[in-house]
Amino acid sequence: MNRLLRRAVQPGFPWTAPQWPPSLPRPLPPSSLGAGYDTEWARREPVRVARAVLMDSVARGAVKVLASPRVSGLDRIAGLEAPAIFAANHASHVDTPLLLTALPARFRHRSAVAAAADYFFDRRWKAALWAFAINAIPVERARVTRRSIGQAVGLLNEGWSLLIYPEGGRSPDGWAQAFRGGAAYLSVHTGLPVVPVHVEGTHRILPRQGRRIRPGHTRVTFGAPIRAHQGEDTRAFASRIETAVAVLADEGATDWWAARRRAAQGTTPRLTGPRAGSWRRAWELEDRSPGRRAQERPGSWAL
Amino acid sequence: MSPRPGFVLETDRATPPTLFWHGEGWRLERLPPGSRIVYPPEPMEAVADPDEAVRQALAHPLGDSEPLADLLRPGMRLTIAFDDVSLPLPPMRPPDVRQRVIEAVLELAAAAGVDDVVLMAALSLHRRMTEAELRHALGHRVYEAFAPHGLLLQHDAEDPDGLVHLGCTDAGEDVEINKRAATSDLIVYVNINLVAMDGGHKSVATGLASYRSLRHHHNVRTLQHSRSLMDEHRSELHTSNWRMGRHIAASGIKVFQIETTLNTDTFPSQFAFLQRREWEWSGRDRATYLATSASLARTPARLARSIFHSIRSPHALTSVQAGEVEAVHARTLEHVHRQHVVPVEGQTDILTMGLPYICPYNVNSIMNPVLVMCLGLGYFFNLYRGKPLVRAGGVVIMSHPTPWEFHPVHHPSYIDFFDQVLAETTDPLEIEAKFEESFATDPWYVHLYRTSYAYHGVHPFYMWYWGAHALQHLGAVIVVGGDVAAVRRMGFKPASTLRDALEMAADVVGPDPSVTHIHAPPLLLADVE
Repeated sequence: MNRLLRRAVQPGFPWTAPQWPPSLPRPLPPSSLGAGYDTEWARREPVRVARAVLMDSVARGAVKVLASPRVSGLDRIAGLEAPAIFAANHASHVDTPLLLTALPARFRHRSAVAAAADYFFDRRWKAALWAFAINAIPVERARVTRRSIGQAVGLLNEGWSLLIYPEGGRSPDGWAQAFRGGAAYLSVHTGLPVVPVHVEGTHRILPRQGRRIRPGHTRVTFGAPIRAHQGEDTRAFASRIETAVAVLADEGATDWWAARRRAAQGTTPRLTGPRAGSWRRAWELEDRSPGRRAQERPGSWAL
Repeated sequence: MSPRPGFVLETDRATPPTLFWHGEGWRLERLPPGSRIVYPPEPMEAVADPDEAVRQALAHPLGDSEPLADLLRPGMRLTIAFDDVSLPLPPMRPPDVRQRVIEAVLELAAAAGVDDVVLMAALSLHRRMTEAELRHALGHRVYEAFAPHGLLLQHDAEDPDGLVHLGCTDAGEDVEINKRAATSDLIVYVNINLVAMDGGHKSVATGLASYRSLRHHHNVRTLQHSRSLMDEHRSELHTSNWRMGRHIAASGIKVFQIETTLNTDTFPSQFAFLQRREWEWSGRDRATYLATSASLARTPARLARSIFHSIRSPHALTSVQAGEVEAVHARTLEHVHRQHVVPVEGQTDILTMGLPYICPYNVNSIMNPVLVMCLGLGYFFNLYRGKPLVRAGGVVIMSHPTPWEFHPVHHPSYIDFFDQVLAETTDPLEIEAKFEESFATDPWYVHLYRTSYAYHGVHPFYMWYWGAHALQHLGAVIVVGGDVAAVRRMGFKPASTLRDALEMAADVVGPDPSVTHIHAPPLLLADVE
């Protein structure tokens, strides 16, 4: 009975459609959808103005109510000139509005968001909605294609910043997945810096399989911009970006100094969480909840 | 669209659960993130006109053979031997490929005026085929033309008057094969090469041989040095068979070999999800999975077994070649490899496998625990070239109900083997030394083999030896969801869930082990670098 109840509340595969493994190419409909969708119209002046109004009024207000964000680390990008590549962990659909509204205005109104071509651009209405609302551009997450990479590089060269989730999709349980090379590749090919960003708490507001939004507390931490070293390949740079985000996560969970010391010793907790059973992973994730810390730390409410 | 090749998927937490066969049923299991799943290539395209392909193969033989029509003449003695019920798996939809080939051969024999023709099931030490099974393999036309006249025979490896000793190979191996075949002017062997292990000289040297001859390669030492059974260049079993085959040829016995390969289209469309990659399951596939799983859970075991054994596979012919044995087999292997090979990088600590309801020795029968061991450690473990998929000292986790149940007609000696031999030891070498002879020569087992539908008395020993290389190589074997007593009897560890099994395996191979799963059937052959 319990099993049936659990299934009814939280149905998974095979009750629901399976997820396509991100590492495998997915055949896309042979149309102008998917990676072939042209988003150029979404960057024309009238659309940009409409989006800016939407972002600064509706989205900002909604994010404040639903996600109560605490943004830190903006000082690290204070002197950074646009454009830049923002690479963040990804746990929820809430991440994008949260990050866009947290970005300084010089980035916010001239940013595109790399969005999965097979998910956000598989229907015409969805493609139009996301291109308008967040200036999404389609990116194939399974492989590097000339078209999607070319579009992203073109935008960066035109001065648009890019928000990208190197995991390639939302986390299934709140812990991050291994970073792939997309952000690193773009940085190496354009010479632009990557700003590591860590987002905490959105998983509890709207998890991947969730159908209901539960207001909660979130934390956004921006890191110092990083660039590929001379001769560093994409894979190594991607790993360094992941480590930088992991250090930011550690900073949020402990404090800056503790995080730096652990980073120096190479003992920063993995962004992908402990290698343990699902309940222990969930338990540990709960410990990092921004809301929980706010409640438990005496005086933190007064800050 | 051409069939997609096999590949290795590295799982993450978003990967959907993976299908594991579990006897007469299946399960969806979630493997730890970072595990590898080896998916087989998709079924190759079938030849457009199989009958024409057979005719062309007979007319244009490989090697130094003449076309079959030129080898046939009036007054000659012709024996057409064919693979028995152990191939293909599951039995294929009619017409069976043997029927197609044998009808084509008989057409030529009839045209050449050959009167003395005998068909012979190359049983080796397997059980005799029933009338229904023979009709299925040969078709009604052939069966009714030969069986009523006593011209459809089944090889009897214990018939003292039906065998002929052809001497010994250079390595001192006795070569004793069926007398009717040996005294024929021509043996036409009709083979089905489902996996790379089948065919070549093994067809005659094993299929038509006696216990006296078979014991030279069906033994622990040979099988421990067959690495793997699917790689004839590194298989002592094949080396021995090749020596015998060449000895047979040198004795003046002419064999015209016809080998066929089938694609891996293994299950009918009702069960299409079984050979689809999980993330490509349609709504219908998911509904079928849920409906069949729910019904099977409520179906009595016997009924479930009979339902599964009634499955007829849509296997299709992908190639047919004929002529001189070795030249034919080399071409056959190219086709088999094209269908089965999946490159895999490196070995794993833990190899997982879901074992289905069927193996070569329980067609229309019960998959007893010894056969579970043979399928897992003898066949699935050996689905490699190069190195085993699992490292030395690693662990194999098999998923199968492993019921303590035996078919009393088909597997009588298995019952005693399980009760008496395995209760004392599971060491293949000790088993071979202490018990093999008495089972092999037991008059009751010999009687049942010859007159009933029983596997030979020594057959369970061979099944155990089939896994000897794996037993020598592995640190532990764990069976998920098996009958606890039966699993323990075989010296394996029982586990109730895959998660438990993985934890138990970590005790053997150390923490944070690498895991690889073979997504079979359909079958594959891992090319391990």
